[in-house]
Parts: sequence; C-alpha cells; structure tokens
Amino acid sequence: MKTRLLTGLLSLLMPAMVMAGEYDLTVDRVKIDTGDFVKEGIGYNGVSPGPVMRFKEGENVRINVTNNLDEMTSIHWHGLILPFDQDGVPGISFPGIKPGETFTYEFPIQQAGTYWFHSHSGFQEPDGAYGSIVIEPEGREPFRYDREYVVQLTDKHPHSGDRIMRNLKMMTDYYNRDQQTVGEFFSDVSENGFMNTVRDRMAWGGMRMMKADVEDVHGFTGLINGKGPDQNWTGLFEPGERIRLRFINSSAMTYFDIRIPGLDMTVVQADGNNVQPVSVDEFRIGVAETYDVIVRPKDEQAYTIFAESMGRSGYARATLAPEKGMEGSVPPMREPARLTMADMSGMPGMDHGSMSGMDHGNMDMSSSGDMSGMDHSNMGSMDHSNMEGMDHSNMKDMDHSGMSGMSGMSGMDHGSMAMGTEEKSDPFYAKGSGLMPKAANGGKFLSYADLKAQDPLYEVREPTREIELRLTGNMERYTWSINGVKYEDADPIRLKYGERVRFKFVNETMMTHPMHLHGMWSIVDVGAGQWNPIKHTVSVQPGTTVYMETEVDAPGQWAFHCHLSYHAAAGMFRKVIVEGGPESTQAKTDVIAKDGGEV
Amino acid sequence: MSCIRSIVAVSFLASIGVSTAVTAQEMISDTTARKQPLTTWGVQFEEFEYRYSDDDEELGVWNADAFYGTDEFKVRLLTTGEYEIEEQAYETLENQLVGQIPISKFFDAKAGVRFDTPEGPDRTYAVLGVAGLAPQWFEIDANLYVSKDGDTSAELDAEYELLLTNYWILAATLDATVAFSEDREIGVGKGLVSTETGLRLSYDLIDRAFSPYVGVVHERKYGDSADFAEADGGSTADWFAVIGARIAL
Repeated sequence: MKTRLLTGLLSLLMPAMVMAGEYDLTVDRVKIDTGDFVKEGIGYNGVSPGPVMRFKEGENVRINVTNNLDEMTSIHWHGLILPFDQDGVPGISFPGIKPGETFTYEFPIQQAGTYWFHSHSGFQEPDGAYGSIVIEPEGREPFRYDREYVVQLTDKHPHSGDRIMRNLKMMTDYYNRDQQTVGEFFSDVSENGFMNTVRDRMAWGGMRMMKADVEDVHGFTGLINGKGPDQNWTGLFEPGERIRLRFINSSAMTYFDIRIPGLDMTVVQADGNNVQPVSVDEFRIGVAETYDVIVRPKDEQAYTIFAESMGRSGYARATLAPEKGMEGSVPPMREPARLTMADMSGMPGMDHGSMSGMDHGNMDMSSSGDMSGMDHSNMGSMDHSNMEGMDHSNMKDMDHSGMSGMSGMSGMDHGSMAMGTEEKSDPFYAKGSGLMPKAANGGKFLSYADLKAQDPLYEVREPTREIELRLTGNMERYTWSINGVKYEDADPIRLKYGERVRFKFVNETMMTHPMHLHGMWSIVDVGAGQWNPIKHTVSVQPGTTVYMETEVDAPGQWAFHCHLSYHAAAGMFRKVIVEGGPESTQAKTDVIAKDGGEV
Repeated sequence: MSCIRSIVAVSFLASIGVSTAVTAQEMISDTTARKQPLTTWGVQFEEFEYRYSDDDEELGVWNADAFYGTDEFKVRLLTTGEYEIEEQAYETLENQLVGQIPISKFFDAKAGVRFDTPEGPDRTYAVLGVAGLAPQWFEIDANLYVSKDGDTSAELDAEYELLLTNYWILAATLDATVAFSEDREIGVGKGLVSTETGLRLSYDLIDRAFSPYVGVVHERKYGDSADFAEADGGSTADWFAVIGARIAL
C-alpha cells in the first residue's frame, strides 16, 4: 500500500522532475552492402545506418559515444536544440572524440519530431556514419497514425569521401555521366533547329558552364534504411492503416524526388516541426532535410516508395506491403535534368541575351515596405515573350505584412504570376528553371510555399537586422564559398543574443545549396507571416534569393554551412558566434531552486 | 517522503550539474583540418601510348603531370617523352617543375624550370606559362621558354573533347612550337618549328582512371627546322597510328 502510494506520488511528480535516459553508441568500422557493391565504411553499434535513437521530449539524455576507430570522430545531433558544447562539431563545439575514448553527451530534449545524427568529422558521414532520431512529444500529436517507419535515404558511393573530394578537385566533372553528347546535339537540332542549338551550345560554352551540372557526384546507389533498390527495404501494413513515414535525407550530395505511386501523401512535419497538413503527390527532399508524411493504403497490395535523384543519376526504392516479399512495380527514371539560363541568373555580370534589359536581380521590393511603389496596372504592357528566366523568387522579399490592408491579396500566389505560361511553377525556383519540380503524375508537387507552421515557436517581430550571404563558387575549380570567401579565410559571423536576424541567401552558383544553421531555428520566409515554417536546413535553388529569420536564442558558437559534404569541405562553411546571453547560470539555478522548494 | 525528497534533490543536483557545465563552456578556436587550406594531389597521364609511324618507326610516348597543393598554390611536375624503341634512345625527354597560382576564374599562371635530357645535347629553360579553360571548352596550356643561352621559344597546347557518348570520347589535340631564335644544335630554326596534331578515340573503362584509346597523330616540322631535320637525315612529316590509355590516379 505504502509503495503504491509512493509510486503514485512519484508518477504525479514525474513531469516536474528531470527524467534521464542513458544511451550508448559505439563508432565502428563496418561493411556496407548496397546490393551493387560492398564497401568498407563507418557505422554505429556495428551497422550503417546506425540505430533509431528514440527520445522523449522533456527528458535529459546521456549518450555515451565510444570511438572504436583509429581516427578522431564526433556526433552532431542534426536539428536538436542544445547547449553548443554538446553540438558535436570538432573545432567549434568541442575538440572531438579521440580513438578509444568515450565521450558522454548530455543535454535536455526540448523538442519533438524526426531528426538525425551524423559524424561531423572529415567524410565519415558519406562513409556511413549516420542514424536517425525520433522524439516523442510530451503532448498529443495533432494527427493520427497507426504505425510509423523511419525512411532514411542516402547516396552510398563506391568511392570513399576522401577519394571523391580529391577526384572532384582534380576533374570537376569526374563523376558526371549525364553530360551533353553529340547525340543530344542532334536531337536538340531536330527539336529546336540547327541555329538555335548551336547558339545554345555557344552560350553555355562561352560561360564554361554545363547544363548537365545538376549533381556533382553520380554513380551512387540510393539506399533506404541501408538497403539498395534490389534489397528492397519493406515496411509492412494492414490495409486501412495510417502510416507515418519519417523521411530523412542523409545523403552526402543528393536531393531526392519522392513519390509512392497509388498513394496520396499528407505532409505533416518538416525538419521536425509540425506543419499544417498538405496533401501532395510528390516532394523533393533536400540534403539533411526531413519530411514526415502520412499515407493510408487501403488495398491489399504492395506500394513502391520511389526516390529519384533530382538530376536523375540514380534512385532509391523501398516498398510498403501487407506481407513480406510483395513488390510493386518500379517506374523508370525520368530524363536527366538540364539547367537553363534562368538557373544562371544569380551570377553577377552575366548577359542574359533577351533578358538584358530586365534586371530582376535588383527588384528590391523590401525597401518599399508596403507595395505602393509597385504599379500593377502597368504590368499588362510587359512583354511576356522575353520573360523566360524571370526570377520571381527574388520577389519574396515583398513585405506581405504590409499588405494586410489588401485582404484580397493575402493569398497571393506567386506561382500564378507565371505571366503567360500555364505551367505550375514553384516560387522557390528561378522562373523557367530546369530544376523546376513536376509531379510524375502531373499532380501536386510540394513547395516550400506550401509549408505553414502548425504551431509557431516564436512571436512574429521585426528583424533587428539583415545579413546577406551570397552563395558563391567556381565549378571549374571546385571551390565553394560564402560571399566569395572560403571558411579557411573567413571571420566568424557575429550575432547578438536576443536579436532576430534576417538572413538573405543569394545563390550566385548553378547548384542547389541546403544551408544548415546549427543550434537555432531557421524560419523560412514563405510569405506566410507568423505561419512561416520552422526548419533547420533551407534549400536555396540556383538563381534565387531566399530569406530566413533566426531568433538568436542560443549562446555559444555554432557551425553554419552548406550540407552538401564536398561543398562544405571546399569552404562553403562559417562559424557563427552568438555573443552575450542571459546571465543564465544564476538565474536558471534560482528558478530550479524555487521549483524545487515548492515541491 | 524522504525518498521523494532525495529524488528531487538528485534532479536538482543534476540540473545544477548541467548549468555549471553551461558556465564552463569554452569557445574553442577551430584548429581542425577544416580551417586549413584543403591540400590535394593528382597524377594524370593524358597520353601513355605506343606509336607506329608510316615509315615503320616505333615510339613509346607519354605526356603526364602530377600536382600537389591547395587552391592558392600548386606544385606541378610535367613530364613528356618519346622513346625510340628500336634505337633505344629518347627522341625527346622534357621534365618541368613549376609553381602554379590562379590568376583568373578559369586560368592559372605557372613559373618554373624545364630540363630537356634527350639523346643528344641537353637544355635547361626557365618557364612562364598560363593554363586553363578557354571559352567553348578548349583546354589551353601556353608556355614561354628561355634557355640558359637566351634562346626563346613558345609552345601552345590545345585540347578539345567531343563526347560521342558519356563514355566514348573523341579528343582532338594541337601542339605548336614557335622559336624566336635559332638553336641549330638541337635542330630548332627561327619561326614555326613544329606541330603535333592528334585525334584519339577513348572509352572510359574504369571511372576516369583508365581510358584506353586508339588514334592518329601527325607530326610536322616547318621552315628552317624542317631543313635542319632533312640535313640530319630525319623526316619532316610523320603519320602515326597510336594505341594507349589515359590514366588518372
């Protein structure tokens, strides 16, 4: 009786107390079998990918990481909000974990959702050092599901990360096997005419840029939960069940376009934060992003999860089936993507031929606050024929909050401003971009513009300042940088605790960059005001400008970089220092003492 | 009750533990490899081939380079040789050691020394050059040489690759040498000295690491250089069938 009373009391008190979970991870040399090749790599607890770490919101975790390698290692908890010295970036958070050493991470879990973890040392992550994190929320989920699976993708390559980096430095097109050929020249001639094709080739040759430069590293095997297309990872279901699929893109370099033919997907979470449900046929997952979707297969049949790489150089495949061994059909990959001049529009000093008179890069509307300066009535006279390549994404800095008086326009859809073209377009891509996503079935393709926070974490307020970060690089030299400066030569970005910074990403390269700020949330400006989605990784497409805001609420120093492994290593990386902070220690302990006193 | 209290106390202590850890946080400076310039290396045999000429001359030929360094500075060793198989002698043997720095988006400048040690008289030159990618995808390597005796010459290498497919590649090369002064001893006359044009069809067998090819090469001498060659009993124009491999390590 007494014990029961005690446990009862204890359980009552539980929420007020700090729970502590203890976890162990070893970092090991492992063999990775993709079905296409077997490769020596790095894993956790003896396998790659590592385990699903299941945490509870509100618990304090202690994670003992033992390094069984003969080199330094580290684990970064991607997307988790934690003290900076637990963030796991060698040289920024801590010195790293020596061979044979056990390092204990200890931090409170202050969030819920789908995340992942990976090594932040050298190229251990492309070599296999990654795993997933699932955090159960304290409260009720705003959506229902009967079962859940982690669906973790990667682009496993037969070459080690070090070798890939060296090959790219030696020959930037070393891995690109979708380059334009003589055959493509003739097929373009028959489609567009000889002179047009020659002109097109001369224009690109003049820039020394390749239309085929969508993915730096071809030749990988797409894995889902460690299984190659032939090994076919399979998740079981009972017809009629709602299944929550936690997609995580742990690739070194590869964006995937994901669809499940025959099933509608309802996106309910992005980068660990719940979003207002949006039903899609297909979505593109950037490197390091996560998307949680709910599907409801009603039939007693197998469904293929098909993930084509954005450049169509490879794919990953898995199956949802009522029984082991059942398989759905695997669709063929679509044609390789080709960049267009629109994707080049971010490059300074580029002559865009017919576009030369229209400098959209300078359409800075943020300065006008309200939109009074923009005369829509004159838009009818714009010559639409010349507008191929017009970059609407640069218009995102239109201050929508100032438009509140224009109620009719609150739902203004930049996609519908396509000026003469009927095709659906995503405002987060340069208008006319060769990377513009299209659903295979002609249906709905997810855009950042569709993401609206379910439960905003922060009050909306005016940013205290704007920081422009131009994403820069030189493909021929395989150098990547921010504002033209590589990490090795760069000063840290200094932020003040308590400010709200608006970051302006201007992509001046022809590649997509998934920008990841550690330690603090990235609130992407999709024009939804307080409902702007909260992410940890923000994709910036070629020739576009994307804005995100960050509440600077985490003291310390943090990494901020492109999550493409070889771009980060080539210099597209920064250290962010957050100066100041609450006179925390004293204040915090006081609060805890008071709470303790009341018990 | 005391039990609960002690648990609370533990959690309280744990919290303090976490908090003190926060104060103990130290902002370390980044001394990892990430903060250092990325050092890289590569070895490439652009040509590694057997040549058979229209007058039954047999040559073993290579044209290779190795580099080590960063984006800002590389050391490059360039080596090229033509080995006359029957006579067991080097028709040409050139080794260059140069330092290389970027000077524009697509071009590097090079400076260093070149040692020629073929059968016959040796030569040492100072080298100044540029190498890079010209518009329309022409790989260019242009060099100016000044010998110890003050003889100057210039050499232009150009290459264009035509992708028949993503694995079958037709490479056209042109190598032309011009001398600004005569060096009779090694058969160089003033003016255009020689050209070597090649057409090679390769297949990327193992990545871009090993690409076997077949092709034709035409070598020609001009003006005084041609006269010197004739006077020395050599030929002034040769056609070669070649078989070899492009190799990248």
